[in-house]
Amino acid sequence: MKPDLSVRIGKFDLKNPVMVASGTFGYAEEFAPFIDLKKLGAIVTKTITVSPRLGNLPPRTCETPAGMLNSIGLENPGIDKFIREKLPFLKKLGIPVIVSIASIDDPGEFTVLASHLDKIKEVSALELNISCPNLHKDKLISQDAKDTFELVSLVRKLTQKCLITKLSPNVTSISEIALAAERAGSDAVALINTLGGMSIDIDKRTPKIGSWSAGLSGPAIRPVAVKMIWEAHNKIKIPIIGMGGIMDIQSALEFFIAGASAISVGTANFINPRASIEIISGLKAYMADNNMRDLSGLIGSLRAC
Amino acid sequence: MLPEQIKAKIISNKRFKDNYWHLEFESGLIAGRALPGQFVNIKVSDDVEPLLRRPLSIHGTQSSKVRLFYEVLGMGTRILSNRRPGEFLDVIGPLGNGFSLPGKGHRLGGQAAILVAGGMGGAPLLFLAKKMILSKPLILIGARTKSKVLCAQEFKALGSAVKIATDDGSAGFKGRVTELLSQVLREAKNGGDLSIYACGPRPMLKAVSKIACDNNIDSQLSLEEHMACGIGACLGCVVATKSGYKMVCKDGPVFSGKELTW
Ligand SMILES: Cc1cc2nc3c(=O)[nH]c(=O)nc-3n(C[C@H](O)[C@H](O)[C@H](O)COP(=O)(O)OP(=O)(O)OC[C@H]3O[C@@H](n4cnc5c(N)ncnc54)[C@H](O)[C@@H]3O)c2cc1C
Ligand SMILES: Cc1cc2nc3c(=O)[nH]c(=O)nc-3n(C[C@H](O)[C@H](O)[C@H](O)COP(=O)(O)O)c2cc1C
Ligand code: FES
Repeated sequence: MKPDLSVRIGKFDLKNPVMVASGTFGYAEEFAPFIDLKKLGAIVTKTITVSPRLGNLPPRTCETPAGMLNSIGLENPGIDKFIREKLPFLKKLGIPVIVSIASIDDPGEFTVLASHLDKIKEVSALELNISCPNLHKDKLISQDAKDTFELVSLVRKLTQKCLITKLSPNVTSISEIALAAERAGSDAVALINTLGGMSIDIDKRTPKIGSWSAGLSGPAIRPVAVKMIWEAHNKIKIPIIGMGGIMDIQSALEFFIAGASAISVGTANFINPRASIEIISGLKAYMADNNMRDLSGLIGSLRAC
Repeated sequence: MLPEQIKAKIISNKRFKDNYWHLEFESGLIAGRALPGQFVNIKVSDDVEPLLRRPLSIHGTQSSKVRLFYEVLGMGTRILSNRRPGEFLDVIGPLGNGFSLPGKGHRLGGQAAILVAGGMGGAPLLFLAKKMILSKPLILIGARTKSKVLCAQEFKALGSAVKIATDDGSAGFKGRVTELLSQVLREAKNGGDLSIYACGPRPMLKAVSKIACDNNIDSQLSLEEHMACGIGACLGCVVATKSGYKMVCKDGPVFSGKELTW
């Protein structure tokens, strides 16, 4: 029996539930030498803003125990150049493209972003990044249920596209925020973005990252992510796209069992560019071994011990 | 040329002296495509610690063999030094934009170019020197002290003249290699058609680029920055240039001295 890996996320179908996380896969062309991109369930682009952004002061990355810190600061070419120079390659792949978008100063920027992207048919969904820890704001939108509700409601009115809201783990109750996104009309939630973190060079007594604080990703954050997916799954009905330290099929399975309908491979792309493809074949094998015809028997299948 | 991810068999991995090691692995593909200044990105173990790959310059190639020269500094390079011949290494490469070789007609008392190596800088520069077959470059090597002078014999074996500068004067010129560079240029006077190639610590590269600019000479500098992906995907390894931030892994690691704003 050949297992059916397809899954529906809000308004669109994925042929398999393995995508690649925003900011960890460039604009996909960087990975063309290593994998057959067409095999991916979907691609999420680096977060795009209205105006080009230079990003944060280097050094921007450093390694931590089983993880890494990054403070890229949403460096991107801006929406116009993205559509002109980066999107054509993505369009040709024939797989769902999810464009991650963020506002910097004013939520009104989403009007511009949505109006540009809404008419492009190859863009399957918009991912609202309201959880980037590297913009040095006092508070992220996704750290407040009311702010999340208001922002998602606003963007919901601006676009017909499938809307995914990406959430921060730096909150007291993830399910409360996920619920706010659901009530405001989000078709799915993606979690988790990076956790705020910092690392210090003890010889120089300086932060290892140019902008001092940064976002933690990689295997180090996996247990945090799994718990948050489980919590959100217990509270909301819309699909969850799970991520945070997924390195291989074993770690991916934890996310599905906890309640994720799809998963995103992030930091692992840097270490093993083939990680996403290996997870797809691993998932096929796992489903076949466990006599699963489709993903419904896997997603949220967590039992008491 | 496009990079690939391969499992490469380790042919040899030997301590050269102190904490300095040579590693050779088998890859016809990388050996065939590699250009001086390019690097490979290595997953030193299957573990999640250290998590990221470690970038190392291509030190040389011979038929289907790729040679690396590395210093054991921390966990990643220590684990690498424990890897044994016959084992397989997960390698991505060749990566980055290497040096551009000088054309014919370069002259400085017979020298087409000056190569300035600080610390481990000899790692990529020896490969470059091997490819400079039209005329042998002059090599300047800088180190804190005599025992830290690297690659001098190898450069000499290629037929190049080698000048050494040590901070403590234990070998060669006493002072910085950049002071030696200024002296060499003063004595040569006819810098016009010359290129300078350098790899070493950031402050050295900055000084080299200034000297080159002051003398109206082109310089090509190989930079290091912390890398998460090595393939231009994370935007982590940026350096400031006149046209904004550029990625060391993809736009570099070699940059023109004129381009950088430091
Ligand atoms: C393009 C490039 C070419 C290089 N070529 C050589 C070479 O030929 N020979 C050589 O000995 N060294 C080379 N280096 C430096 C080498 O990558 C580091 O020394 C090595 O990664 C140290 O790892 P570690 O785990 O042993 O030490 P750590 O304790 O992790 O780090 C020691 C130092 O290396 C830096 N470093 C660690 N991980 C990375 C990384 N993923 N990317 C960049 N820097 C890192 C750290 O910031 C720190 O300054 C090169 C670096 C770059 C960027
Ligand atoms: C270098 C880097 C850049 C990132 N850039 C973005 C971004 O632009 N937008 C975004 O929503 N998330 C960004 N993220 C977060 C990832 O998409 C992901 O949520 C997070 O890294 C957790 O997954 P992981 O542990 O598998 O990497 C970035 C992560 C890293 C490591
Ligand atoms: S290391 Fe990721 S872009 Fe250079």
